[in-house]
Amino acid sequence: MRWRRRLSRLPLHLFLLTVALVWLIPTLGLFVSSFRPKQDLYSSGWWTLITHPSQARFTLENYRRVLLREGMGRAFLNSFIITVPTTILTLGVAALAAYALAWMEFRGRQLLLVLVVGLIVVPLQLSLIPILRIYQTLGLNGTFLGVWLAHTGFGLPFMIYLLRNFFAALPSELFESAFIDGASHFTAFTRLLLPLSVPVLASAAVFQFLWVWNDLLVALVFLGGYEQVAPLPLKLALLVGSRGQDWHLLTAAAFVSMIVPMGVFLSLQRYFVRGILAGALKG
Amino acid sequence: MRKTRVHWLYLAPALFFLTMYLIYPSIRTIILSFYGPRSQNFVGFHNYITAFTSPSMLVAFRNNLLWVLVFTFFNVGLGLVLAVLLDRVRYEVLVKSIVFLPMAISYVAAGVIWKFMYAYRPTYAAQIGLLNAIVVALGGKPIGWLIERPWINNLALIAVGVWVWTGFCTVVISAAYKGIPKEMLEAARIDGANEWQVFWRITIPYLKSTLAMVTTTMIVFVLKVFDIVYIMTNGAYDTEVIANRMYKEMFLYQNYGLASAIAVVLFVLIVPFSLINIRRFRAQEAVR
Repeated sequence: MRWRRRLSRLPLHLFLLTVALVWLIPTLGLFVSSFRPKQDLYSSGWWTLITHPSQARFTLENYRRVLLREGMGRAFLNSFIITVPTTILTLGVAALAAYALAWMEFRGRQLLLVLVVGLIVVPLQLSLIPILRIYQTLGLNGTFLGVWLAHTGFGLPFMIYLLRNFFAALPSELFESAFIDGASHFTAFTRLLLPLSVPVLASAAVFQFLWVWNDLLVALVFLGGYEQVAPLPLKLALLVGSRGQDWHLLTAAAFVSMIVPMGVFLSLQRYFVRGILAGALKG
Repeated sequence: MRKTRVHWLYLAPALFFLTMYLIYPSIRTIILSFYGPRSQNFVGFHNYITAFTSPSMLVAFRNNLLWVLVFTFFNVGLGLVLAVLLDRVRYEVLVKSIVFLPMAISYVAAGVIWKFMYAYRPTYAAQIGLLNAIVVALGGKPIGWLIERPWINNLALIAVGVWVWTGFCTVVISAAYKGIPKEMLEAARIDGANEWQVFWRITIPYLKSTLAMVTTTMIVFVLKVFDIVYIMTNGAYDTEVIANRMYKEMFLYQNYGLASAIAVVLFVLIVPFSLINIRRFRAQEAVR
């Protein structure tokens, strides 16, 4: 009986194993290839490491080359310079607005909320050209400041929505008793709300960090012609354009661009998944 | 709650950003869409006529429709199947993490990963792309996955999108699936329903709103799809999509009028789904 039961479950396991392999193998193949010497990479597929393990040779040359000579090292730094301030700025501005929308009474609050939700789904494309022109006038093209502000503007509606939903769900007695005790809104915000919201702030921060880290379009439009300030995805895209067949470089460069997101994913998986799920609306 | 004017202090920074980066530029884009390439002369609906009739835009429309149908079907379908099947095995978390991993990396990196999978070399050379190595090992001729138009290359691009997004669908649907009362499923099984009937009569109706949500999310994403196409083919060999077309008109040809018109078209396509999203939001508010 037990064996028959196990046997009947075999197709289920096989299907799930196949799915897991299909999702793993492409990344694994890239990873393995990035350590292979150039000439090996072109004379045989990466899977020969499994079929002929004795012929396997590994090198760090590809990484050295992309990091030092192809500018991926600089791009790595640029990605941090772009992503960290943007995340802090977006979260700060969004938290203030979300607090007002959740716990302050004023006329037009409902309307403002609907506006914020409506703006979530406005595609980036609808804003790019006028901002590009303003940036040209102000000389903000190709500057980190320009990208920080742009990412903050684009990320805000979703951030406000995410934080407001969490803030509004906190028990109202907490705030009422604080106000009765004479607390100002500022005290309620800094002493009561923020400490209670650490989990949602973490999810929001992880989400925004990865969103900006992985962005191509905004970087392409506002930093497109300025290689020295390009973040990783933009730099990688430029490499694909200029060295489309140099797989020893592309594999290593792609992996360099993936290290941080994968690290975040593996270490902060809980917050990451929560942020992504909440971000469903952003699409 | 107390009534003060202090709320403006909290709202001001956000209102500045929303106005400067979303509201004003959106209105401005709509206006620019009625002007020529350099925004100097009024051209009426000329840009819109071009947007709906030029051959490259027609190809883009066709491809976006293909993306909407195939991408959405496979993502929601696979997500549902995986959510239900993974619930029955002990290694659920592991497989979920594996499938979810591509969500963490950029589309550019995903594009490079798959460009390598699709790598094509002539018959006499050793294949270094896994897919063509399999094709050749099975006795076939190597396939130009990103070149063969119109179906193979577009489907190859869509497959990359599915690879990235299936994890998201799986996790969302799985969370809802676990909300189905176990007694309900058990009761149906005891009453003699087979797994197939349980799936169609209980699971699907129960998950209806989640599936609808995931579907609209996928459609909104897919209408805006850009990075994957930009990095893998840049629209060559009839793989163009609307967002890439918009980018080209803006950046390559600096035809701001036409680019604006395409952006507006994109926006109008997304609006119905955005309305569904807003309604869902209002419904949540009502519950509170």
